[in-house]
Amino acid sequence: MRRIYLDHSATTPVDLEVAALMMTYYTEKYGNPSSVHGFGREAKQALEEARRQVAELLGATPKEITFTSGGTEADNLAILGTVEALQKKGKHLITSAIEHHAVLETFEFLEKKGFELTVIPVDSEGIVAVEDVRKAIRPDTILISVMHANNEVGSIQPIAEIGNLAKEHGVTFHVDAVQSFGKLPINVQEMNIDLMTVSSHKIYGPKGVGALYIRKGVRIVPLAHGGSQEKRRRSGTENTPGIIGFGKACELIGKQMDEEAELQRKLRDKLMNGILERIEHVKVNGPLGEKRLPNNVNVSIQFVEGESLLLSLDMLGIAASSGSACTSGSLDPSHVLLAMGLVHEIAHGSLRFSLGSQNTEEDIDYVLEQLPKIVERLRMMSPLYDQVTKCNQAE
Amino acid sequence: MYTEKVMDHFTNPRNVGELENANGVGEVGNAKCGDIMRIYLDIEGDIIKDVKFKTFGCGAAVATSSMVTEMVKGKTIEEAMVISNASVAEALGGLPETKMHCSNLAADALHKAIGNYRDKQTKKE
Repeated sequence: MRRIYLDHSATTPVDLEVAALMMTYYTEKYGNPSSVHGFGREAKQALEEARRQVAELLGATPKEITFTSGGTEADNLAILGTVEALQKKGKHLITSAIEHHAVLETFEFLEKKGFELTVIPVDSEGIVAVEDVRKAIRPDTILISVMHANNEVGSIQPIAEIGNLAKEHGVTFHVDAVQSFGKLPINVQEMNIDLMTVSSHKIYGPKGVGALYIRKGVRIVPLAHGGSQEKRRRSGTENTPGIIGFGKACELIGKQMDEEAELQRKLRDKLMNGILERIEHVKVNGPLGEKRLPNNVNVSIQFVEGESLLLSLDMLGIAASSGSACTSGSLDPSHVLLAMGLVHEIAHGSLRFSLGSQNTEEDIDYVLEQLPKIVERLRMMSPLYDQVTKCNQAE
Repeated sequence: MYTEKVMDHFTNPRNVGELENANGVGEVGNAKCGDIMRIYLDIEGDIIKDVKFKTFGCGAAVATSSMVTEMVKGKTIEEAMVISNASVAEALGGLPETKMHCSNLAADALHKAIGNYRDKQTKKE
């Protein structure tokens, strides 16, 4: 059966060159980077090369990069670490309504512990207004955290403007850039970013590796204690093969970022426009054009439910994702779609396709051929669709 | 996450559609939760002669609806009233834990349709 992977915002395959390089650090150059001997030194050297590769893609210096076990840990380190360091200065925190759960739930945890949290809303396209952030800043605000691009609807946030604002007010600024890293140009200097979360497995690197950029001079209290690795910011023996794979993945994706983005934009628009042409009662979620991640398509298909769509697509070998409650493991659909003002029934029918470097025009053609049939079948079963067809007949 | 039987009922649902001559209709759930099930019954005497369903919802919602229609066709009302959400799930070889409460409502819809039939009968008398 044909298999088409369109869920690259969930994870990506590891690049073969990356995997091959990693293998040598599992089986041959397996030393502990903290060791004095030759085995240790060669691992340490490769680790530092990876740090340079990650830093380069961010416009940072290698010393400002701390490796972690992934995006979630980096988000937690950024938020909890800043709050621990600055709690005497203030207790007010600012974030947006569409953050990843790793950010939102960390803030909610702090709120329960007595910190005050302002959650900035988004507009119907899923974009934060800079003015809302400005209004939210108080004399006791110690941290602002806003993501670069949203993982569900691909909306790109005005990070540089918020960075300016944060700098003006002397507030630490964290950005979760897990989805934009390697897809959009980032420069932490120009964007006035103090802390930035990035992850390896979204850019054809291995899972279980990420990094936090910590601007020189920004104070962070570590989450884990007991080792002196990563300049005491992240204790524990480094995941050397993973980190080295991450570094290589950064180098590879950096070389072709613009070219790749252009290709994916074309496929993205072909898929999105194709769905709108072929299926009635469809709403695009998120912005169009330049304000959207090059690889993200998100639509709500009315009168059908997201998990049913996913199961039907999966049976035809097509992998996608949805913001319906059934797929989120809770009773409510995606908090991102609800924050954008979607009603529950429309949010339940959301479908996300996220493109990657291996996708082709033929893949998109196949989806456009199959999806209308799936939707038609599910709509024939749907009591909600009845009302529409009956209304149309009455007219 | 779903059993083969659930996937079979999701892929080839039995008795999908409406009954024009239904004398009992029951609907449960709401669009807000992401699940709506509507069951149509054609009852003659005490026997469920025909049954159809329409469902908006996840794989489990569709499969349980399909399964319940298969379970009640040709049965008496009394037999149908004994069918529970749990026995529908059991007939499907089980459902994932998270689906047991939100999407396992087909027997409720069935009982509501029978209630609707009984109400109509009482009014006639």
